[in-house]
Amino acid sequence: MDSVKRYFIQRLLLLLPTLLGALTLVFVLIHLIPGDPVEVMLGETATSADKQELRRNLGLDQPMLTQYRNFLTNFSTGDLGRSLYEQASVGAIIGARLPATLQLALCAMIAALLISFPLAILAAVNRGRWLDRAALFFSLLGLSLPNFWLGPLLMILFSIQLGWLPVSGRGGLGHLVLPALTLGLGMAAILTRILRASLLQTMHEDFVRTARAKGLAEKQVWLKHTLRNALISVVTIMSLQFGAVLAGSLITETIFSWPGIGRLTVQAIQTRDYPLVQGCVLVIAVSYVLVNFFTDLVYKLVDPRVSYE
Amino acid sequence: MNNKLWLAVGAGILLVLIVSALFAPLITPHHPLRQSLSEDLTGYSADHPLGTDKLGRDILSRILHGGRISLLVGISTVTLSLAIGLIVGSLSGYCGGWIDQLAMRLVDILLAFPGILLAIAFTAVLGPGLDHVIIALCLIGWTSYARLVRGEILALREREFIQAARALGCPPWRIILRHLLPNLLPPLLIQSTFGLAAAIVAEGSLSFLGLGVEPPTPSWGSMLNDGRQFLLVAPHLTTYPGLAIMLTVLALNLVGDALQERLDTRSR
Repeated sequence: MDSVKRYFIQRLLLLLPTLLGALTLVFVLIHLIPGDPVEVMLGETATSADKQELRRNLGLDQPMLTQYRNFLTNFSTGDLGRSLYEQASVGAIIGARLPATLQLALCAMIAALLISFPLAILAAVNRGRWLDRAALFFSLLGLSLPNFWLGPLLMILFSIQLGWLPVSGRGGLGHLVLPALTLGLGMAAILTRILRASLLQTMHEDFVRTARAKGLAEKQVWLKHTLRNALISVVTIMSLQFGAVLAGSLITETIFSWPGIGRLTVQAIQTRDYPLVQGCVLVIAVSYVLVNFFTDLVYKLVDPRVSYE
Repeated sequence: MNNKLWLAVGAGILLVLIVSALFAPLITPHHPLRQSLSEDLTGYSADHPLGTDKLGRDILSRILHGGRISLLVGISTVTLSLAIGLIVGSLSGYCGGWIDQLAMRLVDILLAFPGILLAIAFTAVLGPGLDHVIIALCLIGWTSYARLVRGEILALREREFIQAARALGCPPWRIILRHLLPNLLPPLLIQSTFGLAAAIVAEGSLSFLGLGVEPPTPSWGSMLNDGRQFLLVAPHLTTYPGLAIMLTVLALNLVGDALQERLDTRSR
């Protein structure tokens, strides 16, 4: 069996118990509600008939093992249950909101790349000089700015004071700028650090020295040899940061009233629509696990030296 | 970067924040819960240096008291996570076998939930409250310490001084406590500094979403959330609590970076 196939199978075998564990944890979630979950969801004023109906609809009247089996079976068929308040299935509600979150996540990642690449290259080329120090300070600042503060700050400056960009909502390109910056700045800070360190390490490798010795122009040495090899670490960080972007979307989407899965989760928490909360958490976790899985595969294809061990 | 200078700046900011949080009841001009509806949303004045909120409560006093909550949650989360991570990581790294497999699969499962998603989900079902916030943050927090301790122990356990201790008949618990743990202190100290910063931001995030400390107790995150409705008329409501979080996290990151450069031999 060739090494890529073996690697794929090994990763897949590792993925399955993780997914099953994540599913189990989400299943347990609803049973952690203190007291009677049905009463918490419907409130004290609900009639006993309403409570009984909801208990039956959620399957909470079944033995725990049956509930767990049903939960796994339903998940495997894509059935995430029904929302308590919206007359639709959880899957359909999430499906309608997912494109907005993916659009925001993608733009946040692009913003992070656009900010971090020039900064990291400038810092590495000018190692030890003021440009390097400024880039490092920026990355430290970016790491220290929580998105629940950065969002309102950007809103005050660019929407309220200067009136350049819309305050909130989803519409044209203008609506994307502030949420994408809020979500992407933390990632830009991390990427700047990692890429700078990676470039500094790569620029002292033998193959870069050889490229220079054979008379290649400095621009080519940087673009074709140093940067290309330093990019491998960026792929890893981007995949790990995808999770941070998904988790960060809960706050960013709430601040900017962005109609994605993050805001949906927060709204579901506020209305105690627990089947919807469960569905959102599950979809975010599963997407994160799958993205990491596929990144590992891409990583193996890009760099054949990578092994499971 | 001048390592010593940044360490001094970070430690200085932290010292000011810790002292002001500890002595908040003595140094704040007003009680953080005292309302004065006739003075709502005022700007700067001699009586209220940072202005007042929608209920006329003094922002400076609330920020200083909010610092106590942030530090309490941060330190409790780091201490508990460190304790759990140390035990699980030591057993996993030293014993290996099925204990290691079980512990690391559990870590993998918990890390399937990105960022503070699981903490948000847990506080959403358990309800808001300081203890729930700490439990929820520890739920994920211990995993990074466990991984770190396991990795370090795996690297250390084949070293000669450990093999010598084993050959002399030293029991495993004594090898872990007397020989392995002292060598783990530098990386754990670095990790704890960054962990404290992450816990403070996480507490802020939970409070911002209304899942943290219950009102009217002041918390930086909940103050920011309250201030969001008044961005147009009173932007200072969001500016100062945010600045307090940023300064704390910046100071911790500065100290963490400086410690990493000094103590972590691999980063040199």
